[in-house]
Amino acid sequence: MTDIANPTTTKKDWTSDQEVRWCPGCGDYSVLTAVQMLMPELGVKREETVFVSGIGCSSRFPYYMNTYGLHSIHGRAPAIASGLATARPDLKVWVITGDGDGLSIGGNHLIHALRRNVNLTILLFNNQIYGLTKGQYSPTSEVGKVTKSTPFGSLDYPFNPLSLALGAEASFVARTHDMDRKHMMEVFKRAHDHKGAAFVEIYQNCNVFNDGAFEEILAREARPSNLIPLVHGQPIRFGPQNEKGVALDGRGVPQIVDVATVGEDRVLVHDESLHDTSLAFMLARLARGPTEPTPIGVFRAVERVEYGAGVQEQIFDAQETQGPGDLGALLRSGGSWTVE
Amino acid sequence: MTDTAERQGVPSRLDRVVIRFAGDSGDGMQVTGTRFTETSALFGNDLATLPDFPAEIRAPAGTLAGVSAFQVHISDHDILTPGDAPNVLVAMNPAALKANLGDVAPGGTLLINIDSFDDRNLAKAGFTGNPLHDGTLADFRVFEVPMTSITLEATKPTGAKPRDAERSKNFFALGLISWMYSRPTEDTLAWIDKRFGAKPVVAESNTLAFKAGWNFGETAELFDSRYEVQPTKFAPGTYTNITGNTALAWGLIAAGQLAKLPLFLASYPITPASDVLHEISRHKNFGVRTLQTEDEIAAVGAALGAAFGGHLGVTTTSGPGLDLKSETIGLAISLELPLLIVDVQRGGPSTGLPTKTEQADLLLAMYGRHGEAPLPIVAARTPAHCFEAAIEAVRLALKYRTPVILLSDGYLANGAEPWKLPDVATLPDISVPFAGGPNHTLPDGTPAFWPFIRDEQTLARPWAVPGTPGTEHRIGGLEKADGTGNVSYDPVNHERMTRLRAEKISRIANDIPLVDLDHEEGAEVLVLGWGSTYGTIAAAVRSLRARGRPVAQAHLVHLNPFPRDLGEVVRAYKRVLIPEMNLGQLSKLIRAEYLVDAKSYCKVQGLPLRSFELEIAIETMIDAS
Repeated sequence: MTDIANPTTTKKDWTSDQEVRWCPGCGDYSVLTAVQMLMPELGVKREETVFVSGIGCSSRFPYYMNTYGLHSIHGRAPAIASGLATARPDLKVWVITGDGDGLSIGGNHLIHALRRNVNLTILLFNNQIYGLTKGQYSPTSEVGKVTKSTPFGSLDYPFNPLSLALGAEASFVARTHDMDRKHMMEVFKRAHDHKGAAFVEIYQNCNVFNDGAFEEILAREARPSNLIPLVHGQPIRFGPQNEKGVALDGRGVPQIVDVATVGEDRVLVHDESLHDTSLAFMLARLARGPTEPTPIGVFRAVERVEYGAGVQEQIFDAQETQGPGDLGALLRSGGSWTVE
Repeated sequence: MTDTAERQGVPSRLDRVVIRFAGDSGDGMQVTGTRFTETSALFGNDLATLPDFPAEIRAPAGTLAGVSAFQVHISDHDILTPGDAPNVLVAMNPAALKANLGDVAPGGTLLINIDSFDDRNLAKAGFTGNPLHDGTLADFRVFEVPMTSITLEATKPTGAKPRDAERSKNFFALGLISWMYSRPTEDTLAWIDKRFGAKPVVAESNTLAFKAGWNFGETAELFDSRYEVQPTKFAPGTYTNITGNTALAWGLIAAGQLAKLPLFLASYPITPASDVLHEISRHKNFGVRTLQTEDEIAAVGAALGAAFGGHLGVTTTSGPGLDLKSETIGLAISLELPLLIVDVQRGGPSTGLPTKTEQADLLLAMYGRHGEAPLPIVAARTPAHCFEAAIEAVRLALKYRTPVILLSDGYLANGAEPWKLPDVATLPDISVPFAGGPNHTLPDGTPAFWPFIRDEQTLARPWAVPGTPGTEHRIGGLEKADGTGNVSYDPVNHERMTRLRAEKISRIANDIPLVDLDHEEGAEVLVLGWGSTYGTIAAAVRSLRARGRPVAQAHLVHLNPFPRDLGEVVRAYKRVLIPEMNLGQLSKLIRAEYLVDAKSYCKVQGLPLRSFELEIAIETMIDAS
C-alpha cells in the first residue's frame, strides 16, 4: 500500500498509451478522467488493479487504464470478474459496463455478482441507449422511445438500475453523473473502499444517439432544483435555497415537500447503513425518470461477508480440520486393496 | 433338490458373471449395484459397470419409464466391458422384468420379487397376462422370491412402519445375490452402519434385510447351486474401484498440484457432469475453489477470469452447457489463456437423453465456435483413464495457453472399474512459469511488456498475471496486433494472427504420443475408435483374434490435433472401421483429413456399443477385404 496522504503516482501513471476513441463530447471522457484522477488517491498499486469490461462504448474503458485490463464479451464482465476476484482476493477489480451490457444481455450475471457480494467495484454507465450498435433502445430507455428498432416507439417498461441492484441484495448502491467530477470521485472512492460488490449507476450522456437524456436534471441551472444529494445522517434536503426536502406522507410514501411548510422534523434523515432496504428502495424510485428531482449519492452501504473472503475461509477451515491435501491419501480414500 | 450339506459345499466356479439389478427408480437399484460392485472390487475381481437410469428422479412407480438398472460384470480375469447380456437379472417388479428381459442371455437366471407381481403392477408394465405363468419365461431359470414380505417380516424387530421397512427390500436382494455369488458381507454391513448411522432404525432395517436375503439363499431349498468368481490375477500394486467422474475430479485436483496452481472450478449443475463438481467441492483442503454459478455462461466466464488471475480455471458441463459456453471459449482462444472445459457427453440434441451416454459432441468441440477458433481436444477412454486424461488436458492448456476441451461421457462418468493407483511421485510436473517483467525494449530504450510476443517453439504467449509489476497489459476479444496485443483492425495482421493461432494448435502434434496402435500380423482391417468405446472395441478385437481373425486396433486420446502419424497408420490398412456412438463424427474428420474411405459403425441408443454386435461388423469387413 502506498501512503494515501502522499500519493506516489499521478494521473499520468494511470493513463495508458492508447488513443481514446470515444466520440468527441461523449460523457465517457469525464468518467475516465475522474477515475484516472482518483487512482493516485486510493493508495493502490497499478499491478494490483484490474479493469474488466463487457461490450459497448463504455467497455473500451480498460484499454485506457495503465493497469491490468480485460475487455471481454457482451454482458459477461461480472461473471469473469467474479472468477478473478474470487480467485484473487488480493486484487482490486473494477467492472465497467453499460445499460445494455449490464442490464440486458448480462443482467443475470450482474444480479448474481451483487447477491454474492463479490469484491467488485461496478460502474454502470447509463445513457439509456445502445451506442456502439448505433442507436437502438436499451433496457433503461423510456417507454415510447423512438429509435431505429422502435420506429413506432418502444413498448418496453424500463429498469430502474438502482432498485434492481437493491432487489438483488447489493450491499453498496450509489448514483452519480458525468457532469460533476468531484461527485463522481467521491462516490467512486466510497465504492472502491467498500468490501464486497459496490454498484454505481452513472448518468452518462451519449451526445450522438441520445443527446440530452439527462438535460432536465443535469443542466447546470437545473441541478439545484433537480438533484437531491444524499448525505448519511443528514436530512434529505435540496433546492436553490435548500428549501425542499423529502418526507413520508400519511401512507408512508415519500414526497417532495416544502420544508418550511411541513416542518424540519418531518424531513427524512438519510441512513445508508440500514439493513432494511426499504428507505433506499423508496429513494431509488423517488423520480420516475431523470426528468424530475432525483437523489444522487450513496443510497446503501452495509457490511456483509465478502464472497472471496468466505471462499478463502472455507479453505483455511478445511486445511485446519483435515490437514493440507495429500494426493496419495486422496486416491486411497475410496477403499483400496493391494495385490502383491 | 439337493440337501443342505451339499448346497453348502464348494460353490461352482465361474470365470465371470454379468448381473443386472432392475427396479423402480425409488427401489435403490443404484445403491444395490454399487454395493455389490464395491464388495467385488475389494474381493479382487476385475469388473466393469453400467448404471442405466431415467432422468426423472421418481418416474411414476411401476411403469416402464421408471425402471432403473445397474449392470455389473465381475470376473476372475481381465475384462473390458460391463457385458453385452446379463446372466442374472434381479427384477424387483413387472416393469423391471419387461424392460430388461430382452437383454438377458438365453438360459439366464431371473430373480423375481414375486410380491410385486399383482394385477395392478402387471398392467402398469403393459403385461396382458402373468409372465410367470404364461410361458414367457420358459427359456430362463426363474426364482420367485417374496422379497417384500420377507423384508417386512425380517425388519419387524425395528418397529419401523411397513411403508418404511419395505424400502429395505433392495438390501434383501443384495443379501441374496451376495450369497449366490459368495461375496464377503463385512464390507457391506460396515457400509450400512456408516451410511445410515444417523438413522438407526433405517440402518437396522437394512442390515436385517441384507442378512435375511443371505439367509434365505442359504436355507430356502430353492437354489440348487451357489457360485463363486475368484479374484483376478492383477499386476502387483494398490487398486481402488473408481467411476469416471471421480477419476476426473481427482485428475483435476492432481493437475492443480502438478501445475503448482490453485484449482478453480466453476460449474453449473448438469447431468451427468455434476458429480465432478460435488467431488471437488469436498476437497477444499487442497486449496481448490469451487463456484456454483448462476448459469453455464457464468461458469466458463468465472473460470476464465480465474485463469487471467493465474489459477487453473476449469468448468465442467455436458452438451447443452457446452453450447452455451461457446462464445466464452472463443474469447479464451482470442485471449490465449489456459482454460479447461470438461464435457461429459449425453444423448442430444437439446435436452435429449440426460442420463444416457452418447459421443456426439465431437464436432461441436471441434468446430462449435464462430470464426477460425481451433482448440485441442482430449478424450478419456475408460473410467479410470479420466484421471490421466484430465492431467493431459491441463498440461496442454497450460503449456499452449489455450482452452482445451476434455470429452468424457455418461458411460464413463457413472461406470466403474478397478484402477491401479499411480505412484503420485512419478506423475509429471506440468507447471509453467508466469511472465516476470518486461519482455521487450521500445526504440527509445524503455522496457515494455508485450503480451503477444510468442515462444518460438510452442507459439505460446506469456502468461502475465495481475499482481506482477511491469507486466500490466490490456487484452480483449478484439483482434490484437501481433506482438503488442493492442487492438488492430489491420487486414494483414488479422490473417497473420489467425494463422498463428491455428499453427500453435497444430504444433501440439509434436508434443503428443504417436498412435497407440495394436497391430496384429496379417491384419488388413483397422478398427479406429475414440472415447468410451475403447472397452467394447478391445473386447471385440480380442474375441476375433482368439478365433484366428487378425485385426488391428487403434484408439485416439487426442482428437485435435491428431497424432502426427495417424495418416500413415490409417493408410496402411486396406479398410478402416470407425465405431462410434454418433452418426459418424470421427469418421468425417478422418475422411476429410486423410482422404481414406473409412467406414462407420454407428449406434445411438444411449447405451454403450455391444461387443458381440461390433465383432460381427468387424468380421464382415474382414471377410470383404
